[in-house]
Amino acid sequence: MNAWSHSTRAELRRLMLWPATWVLGGVWITLLFAFAYAFPYIAYRSGDADAFQGGPTAELLASMLPQAAPAILIQGTPMFGGAVAMIFAALTVGNAYSWGTWKTVLTQGPGRVAAAGGTVTAIGVCVAGLVLFSTVFTLGLSSLVAGIESQALVWPDWGDMAASVGGTALVLGMWAAGGVFLGVLTRGPALSVGLGLLWTLVVENLLRGVSQLIDGMPAVVDRLPGSSAGSLAGALSSAAGGAEGTPGVLDALSGPVATGMLVGYLVVFVALALTLIKRRDVA
Amino acid sequence: MDDNIVSTDRLTKRYGDRAAADRVSLTVRRGEVYGFLGPNGAGKTTTLRMVLGLVKPSGGSALVHGLRPGSPEALRRTGSLIEGPGFFPYLSGLENLRVVGRYRGLGRSDAEEALERVDLADRGKDRFRTYSLGMKQRLGVAAALMGRPDLLVLDEPTNGLDPAGMASMRRLIQDLSSEGQTVLLSSHLLAEVQQCCHRVGVIVDGRMSFEGTVADLRGARVLRVRAEPGDRAMPIVQGAAGDVEQNRDEDGRAVLTADAAGVDVPAMVRKLVADGVDVHSVAVQERSLEDVFLTMTEAGR
Repeated sequence: MNAWSHSTRAELRRLMLWPATWVLGGVWITLLFAFAYAFPYIAYRSGDADAFQGGPTAELLASMLPQAAPAILIQGTPMFGGAVAMIFAALTVGNAYSWGTWKTVLTQGPGRVAAAGGTVTAIGVCVAGLVLFSTVFTLGLSSLVAGIESQALVWPDWGDMAASVGGTALVLGMWAAGGVFLGVLTRGPALSVGLGLLWTLVVENLLRGVSQLIDGMPAVVDRLPGSSAGSLAGALSSAAGGAEGTPGVLDALSGPVATGMLVGYLVVFVALALTLIKRRDVA
Repeated sequence: MDDNIVSTDRLTKRYGDRAAADRVSLTVRRGEVYGFLGPNGAGKTTTLRMVLGLVKPSGGSALVHGLRPGSPEALRRTGSLIEGPGFFPYLSGLENLRVVGRYRGLGRSDAEEALERVDLADRGKDRFRTYSLGMKQRLGVAAALMGRPDLLVLDEPTNGLDPAGMASMRRLIQDLSSEGQTVLLSSHLLAEVQQCCHRVGVIVDGRMSFEGTVADLRGARVLRVRAEPGDRAMPIVQGAAGDVEQNRDEDGRAVLTADAAGVDVPAMVRKLVADGVDVHSVAVQERSLEDVFLTMTEAGR
């Protein structure tokens, strides 16, 4: 346990000092700002109902206010947030192979499981930090919009908000675990990121397109990682007032089923990664 | 207490049909600098990786500090630099050492101390990626020194260093050795091993072909007499040294070579002079390790 916490502290230090950590975090926050606030706000001010994802202007304004914060927070995670988390984790783990730092780390004597576990924990801490910052950021910007537009400051249902924070963490955590697994599997940053992006952005959507051709295939496709993440986002954001039309947000599975699938994927990805690190020779 | 810090018994690693290391048995004793010598691709690094637990052996066994190689306890008492330093390129040298220190559960001062030790303190705040090959290598050695481990495993630590860098690395190893540090040092450079090591093991094509002291490896010393005329010198040198081989040097002078053991050199020289032979030089030389090494490598193939 001691070795595990030493490893976590060491990895956290190097991740906090890694420019890529902040660049990727910044990309996610920028996307959140642009698609949840900037573009809807411009559309709202222009008064053109068709300017951004359609809908009456009153609905556009409502989608930016604090009451919609639970939906705002999670709706971007299945596709963009997940991709960012996956890239981050795959780069963290994959680069450790290409830089030769696994070798350096493992010869310090933490033990393979503790060293890899420390890395996974550190990535988890970074994801948790990002989720917390996003939560504060979302509530802050929504309050700002309410203030500017002279709307009454009505906070969201805090239970919905907590569910959204948890769901966001689970979706990002699952994709990060996928990134860890791919980084370990391919032992490099480029192939792992490439494969991960191909999966999140392309493959699942294509499978969804052809799944009607084979009996039973839609049920399988619905339970794939991206689909489960989209379903959880759909379940949590519709509870808080809808996020129709956001890419990646689905209603294929119910909230509890989607949650179960995501936890399952997270555990399996991490377990596979730890097993591979434990068993394979380090070049 | 076992005096062998590292001992391997028929340690083998196969990749497909090829044995990168084939039944390698070696022992490193407490307090010695052990030179692990072999040409490129002979299996040095593979063997060291097995000793550190990075690679699982296909056969045979090894003990490090009396423990299973790669066990946390064995690794905590071992510092290593294997096949080039692996560090985070975006961190400074000092930060890299601090990260390594955290993995070892060490304090902050250990990193600074290790940097001082390898003369990198003034570049410690620069990013690793801006370092020259030699500086990267030195940082690797600094990381190996962190926490003052009982055993240092250094895989070709002078790789990529210029002559000054090599000299300072040798000095560092000699200093460590005089402090009683046990070092397992691999190299394909004979001069390095000759100057630093107490004992050597030679590996050729994955197999150990020698283990012993540098003196044992070289064998007997050689008597070399340059004298003219060679025909007159020959019987006298033969009388003193037994079997003699005659060659010519670059100036065309006769060079008589024989085993130096038991030869009374002053008496032999007096006889040569008394007989009217011009003696240009007399030397008792050790065989160069390079000669020995090349003979062994050729024989191994």
